[in-house]
Amino acid sequence: MNEDDQDRIKKLLQQALPPVKGDSEPRRDLWPAMLRRLDARPAAPILTGWARFNSVWFDGALAAGLVALIASSPASIPVILYYL
Amino acid sequence: MQNGESGVLTQFQQGNAAAFETLFHRHQRSVYCWILRITRNPAAAEDLTIETFWRIFSAHARFEPARGFEGWARRIATRAALDWLRASRTESELSTEMLCEVAAPAEADPAVTAEIRLKTAMAFEKLPPKLRIAAMLAVVEELPQKDVATALGISVAAVKLRIFRALRLLRKDLEKQGITP
Repeated sequence: MNEDDQDRIKKLLQQALPPVKGDSEPRRDLWPAMLRRLDARPAAPILTGWARFNSVWFDGALAAGLVALIASSPASIPVILYYL
Repeated sequence: MQNGESGVLTQFQQGNAAAFETLFHRHQRSVYCWILRITRNPAAAEDLTIETFWRIFSAHARFEPARGFEGWARRIATRAALDWLRASRTESELSTEMLCEVAAPAEADPAVTAEIRLKTAMAFEKLPPKLRIAAMLAVVEELPQKDVATALGISVAAVKLRIFRALRLLRKDLEKQGITP
């Protein structure tokens, strides 16, 4: 893709998505919502990409291990329930 | 004035809630505007402004007053907006509604029809968020590449590369739809 192609795409993009006005303001006072957010419990960390995959994988492995333990040794159920 | 500003920044770094409120009122508009430029969704920009300031407050101990607040806040806002773009990639219906509201620019080229503008906007929305955010800020908003690089925490060369890749992918997608820019 040469420079002319790039310029044409850029112009088309600017036609499709006009720039946002620099003086835009929120439609409401955000401070009350900010106070509510600060008072609320800390949110769980946002997991993305690899971290999310790791988390899902770990949860699945843990659940599978638990099921395997219960299946192989039903006597362990009261112990598991105790620690839940 | 400078002493007042640096005093507020130091107090904020120490976890002073009043200093945080002062900084919130002083910078909320610029943070909102920055996020709006990336998301182009006023409701999301409001929510993300709050999320950004929440992250700012949570990280007050890591803040370095000597490096200034604006740039630091902008980097955190950019990361929050990027998270939002990644999370909302699958919500194409919502985005399409939003894009339909995109007005033609005052100096619109008559050869570029509303349909082409809409298809271009939708093709742009399909780009990977990292490429989209660089192209949005540098090409659409025409911000200096150095500012974009600082906000994204990457080099200017990396910004140029992301813009190039974004434009190339956009061109391919449009050509598939029979639109030759």
